[in-house]
Amino acid sequence: MADAVESPQVDAIPYQEFDKITEKYKGDPSAIIPILQDVQEIMGYVPKNSIGYLAEKLEVSPAKIYGIVTFYAQFRLQPKGKYIIMLCEGTACHVNGAKLISKSITDELEIEGGQTTPDGLFTLEKVACIGCCSLAPVMLINEEVHAKLTPDATRKVLKDYVNKEAAAQN
Amino acid sequence: MAGQGKTVIKVGLSTCGIAAGSTKVYELLEEEVSKNKLDVTVQKTGCIGMCYKEPIIDLVTPDGKLFSYGDVTEENAQRILEEHIKGGKPVEDLLILTERDEVVGRQVRISLKNCGIIDPESLEDYKLAGGYKGIEKCLKEMTPEDVIEEILQSGLRGRGGAGFPTGLKWRFTRGYKSDQKYIICNADEGDPGAFMDRSIIEGDPHAIVEGMMIAGYAIGASQGHVYVRAEYPLAITRLEKAIEDARANGLMGDNIMGSGFNFEMKIKKGAGAFVCGEETALIASLEGERGMPRLKPPFPAEAGLWKKPTSINNVETFANVPWIIANGADKFSAFGTEKSSGTKVFALAGKMKQGGLIEVPMGITLRDVIFGVGGGIRDDKKFKGVQLGGPSGGCIPESLLDTPVDYDSVGQTGAIMGSGGMIVMDETTCMVDMARFFLDFVQNESCGKCVHCRLGTKRMLEILTRITEGKAQPEELDLLEELAYNVKEGSLCGLGQTGPNPVLTTLKYFRDEYEAHIMDRSCPAKVCRELLTFTIDPELCNGCRRCVKRCPTECITGEKKEPHVIDQDKCIKCGNCYDACKFDAVIME
Ligand SMILES: Cc1cc2nc3c(=O)[nH]c(=O)nc-3n(C[C@H](O)[C@H](O)[C@H](O)COP(=O)(O)O)c2cc1C
Ligand code: FES
Repeated sequence: MADAVESPQVDAIPYQEFDKITEKYKGDPSAIIPILQDVQEIMGYVPKNSIGYLAEKLEVSPAKIYGIVTFYAQFRLQPKGKYIIMLCEGTACHVNGAKLISKSITDELEIEGGQTTPDGLFTLEKVACIGCCSLAPVMLINEEVHAKLTPDATRKVLKDYVNKEAAAQN
Repeated sequence: MAGQGKTVIKVGLSTCGIAAGSTKVYELLEEEVSKNKLDVTVQKTGCIGMCYKEPIIDLVTPDGKLFSYGDVTEENAQRILEEHIKGGKPVEDLLILTERDEVVGRQVRISLKNCGIIDPESLEDYKLAGGYKGIEKCLKEMTPEDVIEEILQSGLRGRGGAGFPTGLKWRFTRGYKSDQKYIICNADEGDPGAFMDRSIIEGDPHAIVEGMMIAGYAIGASQGHVYVRAEYPLAITRLEKAIEDARANGLMGDNIMGSGFNFEMKIKKGAGAFVCGEETALIASLEGERGMPRLKPPFPAEAGLWKKPTSINNVETFANVPWIIANGADKFSAFGTEKSSGTKVFALAGKMKQGGLIEVPMGITLRDVIFGVGGGIRDDKKFKGVQLGGPSGGCIPESLLDTPVDYDSVGQTGAIMGSGGMIVMDETTCMVDMARFFLDFVQNESCGKCVHCRLGTKRMLEILTRITEGKAQPEELDLLEELAYNVKEGSLCGLGQTGPNPVLTTLKYFRDEYEAHIMDRSCPAKVCRELLTFTIDPELCNGCRRCVKRCPTECITGEKKEPHVIDQDKCIKCGNCYDACKFDAVIME
């Protein structure tokens, strides 16, 4: 299953965009994290092959940037799917059965947390508390909140997305 | 407030409301009001705390009468529009006024005073509610020392977890001489299951701006940083707007109110690391490093951000500050107990009937919080325990429900007050599974600096996993306990020092559940699936084959329309059949 993660495609690096970002934070020694956040904002992830370029621009070692990217859960090194499923595994959701929801997503899409489906449609991310605890268990798909989930409801939500995509293709 | 003399409709637009669909309700009301040229103002507001009733709208008539509606779907919004706004007759079956009085009426709201009442995006609304009077009083009538003295007198203790007296922290920070000092607001809110900081920022962002300004004046800092979780986009947007509006109105920048006091604020987004809630790790993260805690002393008060004197305080702490300055320390300390004065916000979640945010005076009992204000347990199941303080806290059993909620009493149970997350558990919650859950969290979030925290938690997690799978030996319980104490002692920061607490408190209060898992290989709460057996009740099974299709090991057999049977040797206890059955024919025990 792990190979579902690696996407064969490598996005070209939009160097000009990157330069704009580094320019914006020029002279601010603490800016590596916001710079990486901006990079992820436009790319959807932090491409491995961009780390060297950023390191050169910021005059730090690539290891330092890599260290930061891997330390913080927010950054991903792989491209994400069209739909990001953010499944809450916070305490309230756990108590209300988030594990079963997680299992039904994995059953349905055959991906685990952090992975993307081979067709590039879904990425599953597990997060701790998105602040809707009284509606637990909850997941976010892109910006949309799906609350008070059951395994059946979860499967239905996912199928609806798949069907919607299939309909759009035809 | 804004739009006086008109009917005002306030739509609860914080994350919980939006999750329940309030954006659509807001848009619909706005559209209808403008289409029908109704003399009505539609306004945004924050969370009143009754998250279980969202979407909530409040309708205030020109003579000031309040009508509160809950469960306002688009359909119900149409009804309110037709029947109440156009027809003048309240929609009785949607009104939640009595309930609101019961839930909100029992509270004392200081840090939540404006949440769900004012429009968080309006500076004018905040000022009408008495906002920026606190900083004005400081700048015009008080010296920084006076401010610190007032906060000390109020007895305010940090609401971020440790409960350190805020006035004292400010006095220390003021005491160090430096060309530059910083005030930091900790809005990293890491406890998964606590959401008061988010709600305060979303519902009353100017209170944080004002609180930080007062703190800045007190310690002599002209720069403030707010470190917010990246998972809170709405809070970030609202805070950004509040800062901009304050700046545009001369409430921020140079020479504020002609006093010679300068103050500027910046927001930094976190990037998803629980340990960054710890103050020294937070500072490292603000400086653009990996968020690893460091040894204290020196404390941030002496050498914090960029090695300059820094005071870090929590969101809720700041939210109390303007109120204390405006109303006086005595008014504040009149609430709560001698050593824990004032109020505390709690996020009630889990198996609660009425999950949401409440603010109560400290010193009331857990029982009053859970069964009084919170309305008790959902589906009237039996209460089992309540987790206070998140992953650093502990689980308090029913026998201790009369414990007053104040820093010291809660501490004596082995739990901590923490940030105020309260997760209520009932008979269907497995305590070993809960302990495993929190430890899994801690183990994942350990930054890896200390060996005990990095490896000790991992070994503890392995033992807990074996227990939940029914594979553990009796002597492993002692090993688990020993490891827990070692991790507490061998860790540098609060993460490792408190991370074993959930395990230790569940071992203390719910040891029988651990033993049932180990000796009897059974899970009394029926949560740990590896310890359950799945069978099919031939009376209830009608042979619909739904379970057969979902079984990954093909261990269910039987003819169509005839009762099915599960082959226990092949069953991997995934529970798919149990989930799939529409006739409750699969028995899990
Ligand atoms: C692992 C860990 C996580 C923490 N997370 C938070 C947090 O999310 N929010 C917070 O305000 N304080 C958190 N704290 C406490 C802070 O270190 C610090 O004590 C607090 O921000 C001080 O503010 P206060 O005095 O107003 O409570 C955490 C501490 C530890 C050890
Ligand atoms: S625990 Fe899931 S939203 Fe809070």
